[in-house]
Amino acid sequence: MSWAGKLLRVNLSAGTCKSELLNMKWAKEYLGSRGLASKYLVEELDPKVDPLSPENKIIWATGPLTGTMASTGGRYTVVTKGPLTGAIACSNSGGYWGAELKMAGWDMVIFEGKSPKPVYLLIENDKAELIDASELWGKTVWETEPAIKTKHQDPQIRVSCIGRAGENQVLYAAVVNDLHRAAGRSGVGAVMGSKNLKAIAVRGTKGVGNLKDPKAFMAATAAAKAVLSGNAVTGQGLPTYGTQVLMNVINEVGGLPTRNHRDVQFDGAKDISAEAMATPRHSDGKAQLVTNQACFACTIACGRISKIDETHFTVENKPQYFGASGGLEYEAAWALGAANGVNDLEALQYANMLCNEDGFDPITFGATVGAVMELYEMGILKKEQLGIEAPFGSAKALCYFAEITANGTGFGKELGMGSARLTKHYGQPDLSMSVKGQEFPAYDGRVIQGIGLAYATSNRGACHLRGYTIASEVLGIPVKTEPSETAGKPELVKAFQDATAAFDSAGICIFTSFAWTLADVAPQLQAACGDEFTVENLTLIGERIWNMERDFNNRAGFTHKDDKLPKRLMTEAAKTGPGKGSVSGLDKMLPEYYKIRGWDPEGRPSADTLKRLGL
Amino acid sequence: MQKSLHINADKCTGCLQCEMACSYEHYGIFNTAKSRIKVFEFHDTGKKVPYTCTQCSDAWCLQACPVDAITLDLITGAKVVSEDTCVGCKVCTISCPFGTINYVQETGKVQKCDLCGGDPACATACPTQAITYVDADWTGLDKMREWADKLGNQNNAN
Repeated sequence: MSWAGKLLRVNLSAGTCKSELLNMKWAKEYLGSRGLASKYLVEELDPKVDPLSPENKIIWATGPLTGTMASTGGRYTVVTKGPLTGAIACSNSGGYWGAELKMAGWDMVIFEGKSPKPVYLLIENDKAELIDASELWGKTVWETEPAIKTKHQDPQIRVSCIGRAGENQVLYAAVVNDLHRAAGRSGVGAVMGSKNLKAIAVRGTKGVGNLKDPKAFMAATAAAKAVLSGNAVTGQGLPTYGTQVLMNVINEVGGLPTRNHRDVQFDGAKDISAEAMATPRHSDGKAQLVTNQACFACTIACGRISKIDETHFTVENKPQYFGASGGLEYEAAWALGAANGVNDLEALQYANMLCNEDGFDPITFGATVGAVMELYEMGILKKEQLGIEAPFGSAKALCYFAEITANGTGFGKELGMGSARLTKHYGQPDLSMSVKGQEFPAYDGRVIQGIGLAYATSNRGACHLRGYTIASEVLGIPVKTEPSETAGKPELVKAFQDATAAFDSAGICIFTSFAWTLADVAPQLQAACGDEFTVENLTLIGERIWNMERDFNNRAGFTHKDDKLPKRLMTEAAKTGPGKGSVSGLDKMLPEYYKIRGWDPEGRPSADTLKRLGL
Repeated sequence: MQKSLHINADKCTGCLQCEMACSYEHYGIFNTAKSRIKVFEFHDTGKKVPYTCTQCSDAWCLQACPVDAITLDLITGAKVVSEDTCVGCKVCTISCPFGTINYVQETGKVQKCDLCGGDPACATACPTQAITYVDADWTGLDKMREWADKLGNQNNAN
């Protein structure tokens, strides 16, 4: 095994912390992290529960490879019922926090109830206690982490926390660790805030040492690392350019959603690309990009560390933003940039820093701003309401909105609801570019057909990380498929979704899958955990997790009618690029997808399917 | 011929593979808290800097030890702590100007880098060659080559 074998259950209402043995039967069936935490959640939670009520639970979970030398083995997942969607929410983060929790001897922490006053949890190996956080409440992520380290006189503590967005229950508030790594999507931070839980501070000095076969593990992880370093994407592209390597690529295939998905190509893409980040600025002769950075145990190191232009209007008299900081990653650069037609790279980095500092998801935030800008251009939203003129392309409006969202100042309160609620409120629900209430990431689902189906069927609302078919449809990994083609996409989406669930649940980063298949993961898990984790079994585990999540959503009230894309993607054809004239072929793909999944035409797993998966 | 650990912080990504390799080599577990090499992240500059013992020729720790628990490994040049002899007085931790010898609560002894007997696990594990194990007399070789290239090679290449 390489599970720690125990979990911490914290009842915030009662103020108690109790150790429990990990359910090892479930661990074998659901692996860890996303899968295992979701299993606990679906077993313990009424799917109809109000996500922001004390009855909801929220779980921080590591996987069996978290805290080991397996490359990228530092991931953790936050699982809860999400307030943005009402579906199961599951948000994954890197940095160092996950490994620290595992090294303290815990696989996961389950929070129940609601604390009567703000608290944070301090874990020092076996010891766990809730501590008054009234002095931390109201502080940003960037203030909270150093404050906790100073208070306990231990700079080696790792912190996973919310900023003001989470406290104020912005529906897409993130949980942030190590200052700029985030469990970013689906509003897991709002659930944390609703429970008056500010932070989880961890110091672990016990380590991870219970591998089944240490020698075989060292050999398997070394071989797998060699695969990563020898691969063009994970060995060169990602460390050099980061995920931002995609900006020009996706623009060229005509799949870069622009101005709230009105367009599929952005003339300013080059200005906000990886190449732009590496180009010296006119003002100070320095490039925005300073260096790359790895998360715990990661031998890819795709993370971007940048410095903003100190002369830029956004940071005038704000030296606190002059230091090196995380970003820009592709999704944030797209959502804050192309989605709003903004091509000011420095403005994007400023807005991105605010997302990290205050703890909210740049994808949903940026996409919501896109919808607001469209409503502004239609004359439905006015300057008086917004506090600023907000046409597409306005960097000033973008940054102003980023400043008022976390605290819910003025129009910020409405921005904090996300685009689905906001556009509905103004009578234009079709202008929310979302599925199940969660906004699209940076690929256009009418031009790249597979990703459209992946969005429509994602269990946490629109998401690229539940089945990243872009790998195949654009990058040709593992085989190239035609973006415009719908045939074969249901199979492709299912294969990606199932494999991804297994990757996520192992405690490793999904970016390894640019180079690894489950055949590279299996030997590492077998050496760490046991011989049963073959490729076949891992695929089955992935499918089991997917169906378990789906079943939870169905019981929460979702139906096949929620597996849909916005009208814009179904009826407004792409205007330019290789996919010109194209709309989504979801209607063709979805019935086929249900069939392949073993679901009925209403999107419910059949009795046979549930039985086959042991559900 | 002795070798030295050679650190180029510009290449460090902060992945901590070195710290885990160190703890695995010495304790058989992955535990960054037990590592004898430590990576420091300087948030404001984005720099990640691995730091460990440089194996001083005239070592403060060795001189300070009242029970001669720290000895010279003649083959590797490492200053090595004998756990059997160490009494955990921590005088060496005070005398070391660099802080690279530290007390371990569990054992009641001190620990420091011992170059893994001549095959440092941290250097093997480093994915970017920020940590290398090179000829002790020529730790400047890469920098010299870089400058030789700049001044003598590229300038005259016609």
